[in-house]
Amino acid sequence: MLDVSSLTGDMSDHADDHELRILQGNTGQEGEHHHDEHGEEEPVDTTVREHALDLATVREKLRDKSGKQYWRTLEELAGNPHFDELLHREFPRHASEWDDAVDRRGFLKLMGASLALAGMAGCGMPDEKNIVPYVKQPDGMVLGRPRFYATAMPFVGDAIGVLVESHEGRPTKLEGNPDHPSSMGASSAIVQASILNLYDPDRSQTTRFAGEIQTWSSFLEAAQGLAAAAKSQNGAGFRILSGTIVSPTLGSQIKKLLTLFPEAKWHQWEPASGDGSREGAKLAFGRYVNTVLVPGKANVILSLDSDFLASAPGHIAYAKQFSRRRKLDSPSDTMSRLYVAEPTPTVTGSSADHRLPVRASDIELLARALAGKVGAGPAATLPAETEKWLSTVAQELQNERGASLVVAGEQQPAAVHALAHAINAALGNVGTTLYYTDPVETEPESNLESLRQLCADMGAGKVETLVILGGNPAYNAPHDFDFLEKLKKVHSSVHLSPYFDETSAYCNWHIPESHFLETWSDARAYDGTASIIQPLISPLYYTKSAHDVIAAFSDKPGVAPYDLVRGYWTDAMGHSEAAVEAGWKKWLNDGVIPNTKFPAITMTSKWSASSLPAFQAALAGQIEFIFRPDPAVYDGRFANNGWLQELPKPLTKITWDNAALVSPKYAEKMELEHKVMARGGEHGQVRSRVLDIELNSSKVTAASWTLPGQQEDTIVLPLGYGRTRAGYTGTDKGFNAYVVRTSNALWVATNGKVTSTDEGYSLACTQYHFNMEGRQLLSSASLAEYKKNPGFAHEGVEAPPKDDSLYQEFSYPGYAWGMAIDLNKCNGCSACVVACQSENNIPVVGKDQVMRGREMHWIRVDRYYAHAESKTNDPSTYNPSLDNPETFFQPVPCMQCENAPCEQVCPVGATVHSAEGLNDMVYNRCIGTRYCSNNCPYKVRRFNFLRFQDWETPQLKLMRNPEVTVRSRGVMEKCTYCVQRINNVRIDAEKQNRPIRDGEIVTACESACPSEAIVFGNANDPNSRVAKLKAQQRNYSILSELNARPRTTYLAAVRNTNTDLVKE
Amino acid sequence: MSETRSQLYGVMGEFESPEAILAAAKKAREAGYKHITAYTPFPVEDLAQTIGFRWTAVPLITLLGGLGGGLSGFALEYWCSAIAYPINVGGRPLNSWPAFIPVTFELTVLGAATFAVISMLALNKLPQPYHPVFNVDRFARASTDKFFLCIESRDAKFNLAECARFLQSVEAQHVTEVKDEE
Amino acid sequence: MSAPEIPLNSHPLYNPEPEPVLEPGHTYASVTDKISSIVLTRPLGIGWLAGFTLAFSIVMMLFACLAWLITKGVGIWGINIPIGWGFAIVNFVWWIGIGHAGTLISAILYLLNQKWRTSINRFAEAMTLFAVACAGLFPLIHTGRPWMAYYMFPYPSTMGIWPQFRSPLIWDVFAVSTYGTVSLLFWYVGLLPDLATLRDRAKQKWQQYIFGMLSMGWRGSAHHWHRYQSAYLLLAGLATPLVLSVHTVVSFDFSVAIVPGWHTTIFPPYFVAGAIYSGFAMVLTLCIPLRKAYKLEGFITMRHLDTMAKVMLATGEIVAYGYFIEFFMAYYSGNKFDVFLAEQRLHGPYSHFYFALIFCNILTPQLLWFKSVRRNVPLLFVMSLIINTGMWLERFVIVVISLTRDFMPSAWGRYSATFWDYGTFVGTLGLFTMLIFLFVRGLPAIAISEMRELVHQESHGKEGHV
Repeated sequence: MLDVSSLTGDMSDHADDHELRILQGNTGQEGEHHHDEHGEEEPVDTTVREHALDLATVREKLRDKSGKQYWRTLEELAGNPHFDELLHREFPRHASEWDDAVDRRGFLKLMGASLALAGMAGCGMPDEKNIVPYVKQPDGMVLGRPRFYATAMPFVGDAIGVLVESHEGRPTKLEGNPDHPSSMGASSAIVQASILNLYDPDRSQTTRFAGEIQTWSSFLEAAQGLAAAAKSQNGAGFRILSGTIVSPTLGSQIKKLLTLFPEAKWHQWEPASGDGSREGAKLAFGRYVNTVLVPGKANVILSLDSDFLASAPGHIAYAKQFSRRRKLDSPSDTMSRLYVAEPTPTVTGSSADHRLPVRASDIELLARALAGKVGAGPAATLPAETEKWLSTVAQELQNERGASLVVAGEQQPAAVHALAHAINAALGNVGTTLYYTDPVETEPESNLESLRQLCADMGAGKVETLVILGGNPAYNAPHDFDFLEKLKKVHSSVHLSPYFDETSAYCNWHIPESHFLETWSDARAYDGTASIIQPLISPLYYTKSAHDVIAAFSDKPGVAPYDLVRGYWTDAMGHSEAAVEAGWKKWLNDGVIPNTKFPAITMTSKWSASSLPAFQAALAGQIEFIFRPDPAVYDGRFANNGWLQELPKPLTKITWDNAALVSPKYAEKMELEHKVMARGGEHGQVRSRVLDIELNSSKVTAASWTLPGQQEDTIVLPLGYGRTRAGYTGTDKGFNAYVVRTSNALWVATNGKVTSTDEGYSLACTQYHFNMEGRQLLSSASLAEYKKNPGFAHEGVEAPPKDDSLYQEFSYPGYAWGMAIDLNKCNGCSACVVACQSENNIPVVGKDQVMRGREMHWIRVDRYYAHAESKTNDPSTYNPSLDNPETFFQPVPCMQCENAPCEQVCPVGATVHSAEGLNDMVYNRCIGTRYCSNNCPYKVRRFNFLRFQDWETPQLKLMRNPEVTVRSRGVMEKCTYCVQRINNVRIDAEKQNRPIRDGEIVTACESACPSEAIVFGNANDPNSRVAKLKAQQRNYSILSELNARPRTTYLAAVRNTNTDLVKE
Repeated sequence: MSETRSQLYGVMGEFESPEAILAAAKKAREAGYKHITAYTPFPVEDLAQTIGFRWTAVPLITLLGGLGGGLSGFALEYWCSAIAYPINVGGRPLNSWPAFIPVTFELTVLGAATFAVISMLALNKLPQPYHPVFNVDRFARASTDKFFLCIESRDAKFNLAECARFLQSVEAQHVTEVKDEE
Repeated sequence: MSAPEIPLNSHPLYNPEPEPVLEPGHTYASVTDKISSIVLTRPLGIGWLAGFTLAFSIVMMLFACLAWLITKGVGIWGINIPIGWGFAIVNFVWWIGIGHAGTLISAILYLLNQKWRTSINRFAEAMTLFAVACAGLFPLIHTGRPWMAYYMFPYPSTMGIWPQFRSPLIWDVFAVSTYGTVSLLFWYVGLLPDLATLRDRAKQKWQQYIFGMLSMGWRGSAHHWHRYQSAYLLLAGLATPLVLSVHTVVSFDFSVAIVPGWHTTIFPPYFVAGAIYSGFAMVLTLCIPLRKAYKLEGFITMRHLDTMAKVMLATGEIVAYGYFIEFFMAYYSGNKFDVFLAEQRLHGPYSHFYFALIFCNILTPQLLWFKSVRRNVPLLFVMSLIINTGMWLERFVIVVISLTRDFMPSAWGRYSATFWDYGTFVGTLGLFTMLIFLFVRGLPAIAISEMRELVHQESHGKEGHV
């Protein structure tokens, strides 16, 4: 064990060395060599030695076998009882350390053993035979040159196409795939962060039975046994529980299995995606239908509590289409208009031209009234102020017949969705701004009912075998289902999961799940387009995919996922192997399978709004609790992802925690003040009141947070936190809202009781101060004002004229790199922040350091409430301007000032200017006086106060971008405009002896941005996109009066306000 | 008169007050003695002039030191910023001379001060652990409260008996000969 | 002698019938004996031992703090983004300020022909050296990578990179090191004749050896004295602009930056005034106990205390003016950032620091208008402590408060010092005290030869020179 652990140490030294190791495999000599090195650990070793078979012997057996063969060899070994003993003795002894954060590293070393023993082709070159690089032809590997492969990330009823940047066989970065419908080249924070899950040291690494290490083959045997038993009784008592499945292959596998076991059942449960859209469609059309939006074609959009720009399938594509309609090149341009009615501020709501805070439960009333107005149903009466708002909207929707769109939110009940369908039909939008297709998921069904059924069966002892494919029901099932108790009644349970989590702990079998970059599979996007998911790297650990697990129970166990996928598509292509062979390479290359997009189908409504029961409005002043997926960790599955944990949530800017979000009025009433602590202050630590929330006969204790713009009587309980077995990073963060979530009140709960305790809780909030103190940092205007005065952004600030300086100017004759950020498009989703973190090896510092104001993000997204007058800047001291403030977001990377104040004060010249106007940071030269940061008016510089970077964990070493220095303690760092990307392109251009083309260099933030708000390029070239943007009148630079001459400039935000609705 | 082979350095007389030694020194000069030295516990005005010591090079050397320091300081800055490592720093010109002044000034002072002290010590031939006058026991008082006048043997007019008599004539006490031991 | 001839009555500190700066009845021998005996013969008192031990143990704590700092990094302090500078820089400026009085007293007052400087200049200079030593520690350790601090010196590196001479921090390096060197030379030159005295009076062999070597064979010949005086005068002339330049350069660290609250032209003069202010306060803090402990009331007379109090009063008023001008310019210029900062000082989260500062530095010294206060030794001692505190607060207000809320509200933050911040600060106080303790017993705390000169002049009417 110790040789091997030391070996893993080396493995991660750096890629090439590592490459070598994979090729040679772990030979005896090497073993000896490491032995000598670690002589002092002799005693530990002897415990292994005295045994019938120790690792030396294992190596003996494995000698001169190549990495690939290890798998099989291990299987042979596994037959040997001594070997099993060895493993058992090795791991259970330390298994306890699994949950012990302190000793995580120690355990990692041990796991390293399993990793090395297994010959770990992990991080070896992907199998050339099956994988085709994107864009570049596979003309052999050029060391140091990354290659890009297309694949897709399956995510709750959608698959997001990605290009994976691979350095010497190590995937290091995900980019959107331009050819993929649900990515269109962009991505989201979650997509960007998913690469970290691959390298997460806390991932489960081996199969376990009752917590003890097992081999996959022993599971295969067991599975076959269970299968036989099930077969004997026609599969009665055999159950499968999965999430929403969009993989055609997996779907067909399961269906095949169900034909073998006629009485077996397949259940699905997605805790955070609502049944509303499914059931709504069923209600309206009598069958399950998939709705695809085309916001790009809509002039007016009404969102009924839908966050379609930031969550729900297709949101990246929607954001992209939407932002293209917010493009303003000249005052004569037009913009689409967005109305949002929602209970709590969302990314979508923040980019609305008009936003109406409404109770979640009142959205239905709103929908009914709207239906009435557009002739899609009986009229309904609204409160006066809402009435005015809605009638204006209705009027406008009708004016834009065929070019308007009404979207219902995922968390809204079926009725609202049915109404939305009816309204869209009545407005003649179907076919233009939205269309219907067959469902994307293999087997649509009401998740809630499905899980209820399963739990009932389990409770009644009808379930012999339960196979859980992913998911974590023990943690996220409605608590009245009492899933855990009932699970104990199940004879044998199997849990496939990337982590040994809350559910795994209570299942007999735990199978570690492969990351989507480690396995073959396929998936359908929100519009039906299918992609082949190709592995970028052999599994890092002894992990398996859902395909393997289902296959294990089938009549053909042990078939490789590759063959299954290949097989499915052979059948799909009319059983012609030739057809597949012909297309295969192209499919992999493009990341999509052509002509698999579902055709639009015409649906006829089988339902009338009048059939709805009378509407029960909630009692006035009654507090309404709503559950929402967390913007960062979603339903909890990303809880152990440091990047997402440390990502400031778009609206609250809270990191590492969730909090019960309350409205300013409510906070005032309950005296839930916020206390800014001296440690990090507004830029770090805010202490808020702790609430005891009794709801649905259960109780949870949560920190409160006041959120301007939230509906007065609404309290939001974000899901996904309070994990108990998430891993080192995610365990015991925030509070677990699932505890108070029941099946009868899945999204909206009333009957709750809130008591404010006298204790406080410190939240790590990266931007507490929300108003601009009258400084022109983020300038905005209404479309009308803009047309009247296109240069509004420049008013009130005088930048000194260029020739005022006594000094003679530096000239930038060649390229002059610059960036323009269109605040009209940015919706604050924060994909850029994580993209930057991934590209530039930016460390995670943890909650404590964030509270000290030391987070390291190179680009931050500032959130301001325009016209929010607040003396105290404490949202919990109520004033009306906070009821529904105009929310704006401003991404702030380094401004790359031409007269950089930071450079002038650096004593050692560690930050100086490049000939192309970049504000370069010379890490080796920096001695860390921090003077540059003090003198940076934009405060974009970040300092390594301690050694934040993890230099030990081997997996994390594999993840790093080799083109970016890994900074150590005591040096300053900041945004470099992704200088490594600039230089890569420059080298190519120079090789081909041509100038760099516009759009050839794409910074990480730019490429991730779903709304195309960030544009980078050569400001010297008048035809470049960035130069054109900078030429616009909306273009301005923040704090221009300081004459720092930033290269990063902003295009002022413009809201397409409806004059009828502007408050006097 | 000890047995050890030794050579006469001069004759020394002791005085009680600055005024006394000043007067004695004057008389000695008038008597035509050239090589006279006075030792006092604190600087006595005009004494040095009286015994014929006028000009010292210390101020001039200090000036040179100052000029050297300043010029080399600015030269260093200019050479570093404009010649050796010319790089755009915050859009400021390579030769940002106003920013170079502080260092230039500091180095001027540094150069001048060090030269002042070093020249003072050097011209005083310090450090000099041994000197014949230390052979006179009472000379220890020279750093407390007594004033000594010494006529050196190298003086053309030097004659042990005469000098001794001369010193007694100007009310010197404890007139002793100063021996310079080999 | 060669100091410029200034008729006393034309001098601001002119006093028609000045009371003695030296107790009557002293002879050359008596002053020499009294002062040198402290070094040569007096046994170590229990008080000295106790005080030294305490100071020494605090120095040990300082080392502990530094060790931890080097191990973990500056992250153990309270600094963050946006407050990149905290206690370290506050302490640096404070110590450097204190280090000004010594050179000022020995140089400027020397040129101004002030007799009363004689009995205090020696340990004022010592204090300067020790304060500069404490100050110099901070710029070094506050960097993220102290072991790389040599990058700040212009040495021919293999990379061909040179320091960035536009940065005030580089100016600091030169200013502080020059100041340290010149102060040391000045101090040593002053010591030279006294070392000779100690050499000649020493009874133990080892003392004779040590002082013999240190005194370099000084004989006090007329030639020696002549060159000595011209060198000393030149040093005084050089040290005068130097002492003014040092705190000016330190103030550049702030006034050159664009941070609201730093970017002000008033800084150089009012930093210098502040430096002298705190410097004299520290001299009082030291010499009041000293004259008591070693019965030096005869040498450090009421006149000294009174005059120093007056100097504090004067510089205190200049500092007050500086505070006023900061506010005035903020509103006069109408610069929204400066106005905001001014209001932050009064109403912001750190306003209590600002009001404490006003109390210590502006209100307290007003008492010095009254002779009775200037003559009340215990009260004077307490006030000197208050003023030292005030000057520390001033630097805190300037360094920290300005950084907490600058241009972008989204990046505003706050600062709170950690145990390690306080530990390091207290540690340097210990270091300073320990060095002072060693000094008073190891070297003549008062310039003996100058005292003898004083005796001479006192006995021959007042017309003589210093």
